Amino acid sequence: MSSSLRNQIGQLAHRSVLRTLRQPAQIVPAIVFPLFLLAVNAGGLKDATNLPGFPTDSYLTFILAVPFIQGALFSVMNSGTDLARDIETGFLNRLALTPLRGAALLSGLLAGSLVLGIVQAVVYLSVGLIAGAELAAGAGGAIVLVVLSVTITVAFGTIGLFAALRFGSGEAVQGLFPVFFVFLFLSAMALPLDLLTTDWFHAIASVNPVTYLLEAIRSLLIEGWELDQLALGFGIAAAVGVVGMTAASSALKTRLVRT
Amino acid sequence: MSANRPAEPQVSSRITVGRAVAWRSIHNFLTNPAFIVPSLLFPLFFFVSFAGGLAAIGEVPGFDFPSGYTAFQFVFVLLQSAAFGGVFTGFAMARDFETGFGRRYMLAAGHRSGIVLGYSLAALFRAVVTWTVLTAVALVAGMNVGGSAGEIVALYALAVLVNVAATLWAAGVALRVRSIQGGPLMQFPTFLILFLAPVYVPLDLLSGWIHTIASINPITALLEAGRGFISGDPVVVGLAFAIGIALSLLFATWARGGLRSAEAAG
Amino acid sequence: MTESTDRGGIEVEGLVREFKNGPRAVDGIDLEVAQGEIYGFLGPNGAGKSTTVLMLTTLLPPTAGTARVGGFDVVAQGPQVRATIGAALQEAALDPLLTGREHMRLQTALHGLGKRERETRGNELLERVGLAYAADRKVGGYSGGMKRRLDLALALAHQPRILFLDEPTTGLDIQSRTALWEEVARLAGEDGVTVFLTTQYLEEADALANRVGIIDHGHLVAEGTPAELKAEIGRPTVEAVPRSEGDRERMAAVLGRFGERAGSSPRGVSVRLEGGESQLAEVVRALDADSIAIEHLQLHAPSLDDVFLAKTGRSLEGSDEEEAADSETGETEAVGAA
Repeated sequence: MSSSLRNQIGQLAHRSVLRTLRQPAQIVPAIVFPLFLLAVNAGGLKDATNLPGFPTDSYLTFILAVPFIQGALFSVMNSGTDLARDIETGFLNRLALTPLRGAALLSGLLAGSLVLGIVQAVVYLSVGLIAGAELAAGAGGAIVLVVLSVTITVAFGTIGLFAALRFGSGEAVQGLFPVFFVFLFLSAMALPLDLLTTDWFHAIASVNPVTYLLEAIRSLLIEGWELDQLALGFGIAAAVGVVGMTAASSALKTRLVRT
Repeated sequence: MSANRPAEPQVSSRITVGRAVAWRSIHNFLTNPAFIVPSLLFPLFFFVSFAGGLAAIGEVPGFDFPSGYTAFQFVFVLLQSAAFGGVFTGFAMARDFETGFGRRYMLAAGHRSGIVLGYSLAALFRAVVTWTVLTAVALVAGMNVGGSAGEIVALYALAVLVNVAATLWAAGVALRVRSIQGGPLMQFPTFLILFLAPVYVPLDLLSGWIHTIASINPITALLEAGRGFISGDPVVVGLAFAIGIALSLLFATWARGGLRSAEAAG
Repeated sequence: MTESTDRGGIEVEGLVREFKNGPRAVDGIDLEVAQGEIYGFLGPNGAGKSTTVLMLTTLLPPTAGTARVGGFDVVAQGPQVRATIGAALQEAALDPLLTGREHMRLQTALHGLGKRERETRGNELLERVGLAYAADRKVGGYSGGMKRRLDLALALAHQPRILFLDEPTTGLDIQSRTALWEEVARLAGEDGVTVFLTTQYLEEADALANRVGIIDHGHLVAEGTPAELKAEIGRPTVEAVPRSEGDRERMAAVLGRFGERAGSSPRGVSVRLEGGESQLAEVVRALDADSIAIEHLQLHAPSLDDVFLAKTGRSLEGSDEEEAADSETGETEAVGAA
């Protein structure tokens, strides 16, 4: 990487992080909302642990994986909405007039997601542990969990960037939220895959990548070091990131046709 | 144009204003997929993921709801869609006041309470469309209905009360804030009160802090009565209707205050 | 219920509107508008024009004072006032998802017109404002001028006797502006509709209004017909351009005998004639006597801007920016809050 590219990424990353930190309306719901659902679900579904075959006695530990994915959904919205605003206000055109490289723009914009992702992961994990959740993989597991969570957050963030570049409007990005919501809800979110007794639901959840992201996080919380599940989780996150980044780069090229 | 004009101008009644306001909201709702699709899909989606994804919860020891888990969740989603239909109408109202369209209503309406009436009628219409689709999907999915026709009517009557109360709550916020930024203020408390009720299992199976909160949450009685109706074993009927009516009256006063606030602000 | 003898007019006494932590946007206004009259309410941004209109149209309660519109009290008889008036406010608040015809249908329904009457009235008005061809198109695709015209048609939906137009031509091109002026003049002239029109354009008030009220910082600083107001401050200016550039100084000295310098004239000299128009002949003779050849000579009648300048010490045209700061706490608060 050349020093000018590093400098460009640095400048845009700085702006992206500042912009994220200066919008409490983005940060607060992204942290509070998943924690609220965590509390409600941990309380309301506690009896699910009585089902034969449920992997842990603590429903809180089981459901603690969900906020990490919900947090990543907020990242899609935040990165996408910020970039869409840049397009709507003409800021992107201003950037296009500078010798800025597309790769620098996209990487820089993801820095905000990265920072938000770290804050979210640390908060969720701390709140969960304080409330009595277990972490079978120990202190090292906590670090891997944060890294995995941030990888997922940044990977999902690329989809937000793609949507913003492709559609150019904040509303269109917001419209993605329900779609991601569907992915989360039609996964093994509230019960393990084996206990999804409705056939069609089981079938959908089995092919839904979100199920395996949840299982990777859960493996650290409930079982310890399950390398297969972790590899699958990291693999899916990386694949989403690569696909999202490729699509976003292509959309950026279309949007910034410079002579 | 001014010849032979009657001395007393014709002041449009609340009903007239309400009908006109409702017409526009319903027209926009029916002609714009961007409005109709989410309001249908969200409740369906909640229903599908709760009733389908959590079906095993019906097998938890102590869970003895006679009509099964699908019917158990149907009642929650029905009341939830009633409440959110009202909140989404509040969003539309806030947007209208932000863009100045609300002022057009304030200027043309003889009796301005007709404006709130109009939005409420539109909210009810939206809710009825959603309930029709939701009920059809639930029946196709094999939901057991143990209640009599009268009991089912009573279930929908409860849903109407929830819808009216939620619309009036959201209208009160929309008229005070008069900006779409008031959206979370309408949505979050509604979400909170709904999810701090016995959503997934009956109240008896809850324990700890959530049991304490759910025991005093007024929505709990509405849910229990609704679930009683669908299984043909009505419980806390009087209390549920009293709460539904009380909430509607309370929020009618709240919405009225909102209207005064909008009038005072110009 | 008290009734005014003049059912089509406006009577305002001591009208005040105060905003929290702000100045008095309207500070004790008295005015009367007769039936069928076009009253021009002239002032810069933030002067209190829109706040006055909001109060007269029952959209904002006054802090003090009384106002009767069409014989009805704006505070105690809001519904009757609203049934009597039509208003096109500053932002033409329209629903981008509805067509022009659907807007008409909604507006007439809000006013309680019968179904058949709604259709005929709607079609008639769309025709009148020249929007019949676009009646079934969504308003989101209308141009600024089309939106203003639709807004005017909506204001007329229930045949109001009094029409409030708050800066109706701001942002319009000259063609659309002239068309709107013609329609307003026709409404007052043929239909006897009373028109209360706010504007920051001098030529608009001059061209349309029978009477003009000038408002500044919430006070009515002058009122009368445009001719009366101009006559009151009275003095015309004469602008002369010498044939030879070198005569400019001498010309200035001669003209200086007839009055003080006024405004700028790039190639010549401009002075305000102390003795009025009749001095023009003397001016020509004096220049002739000094052998100054004249290339161009023009007499400018006083304008409403001169009136504004005389009454407030500032020029209307240049006072917008300064006023905009005031309007943050004053008038805009009223408008922006809704």
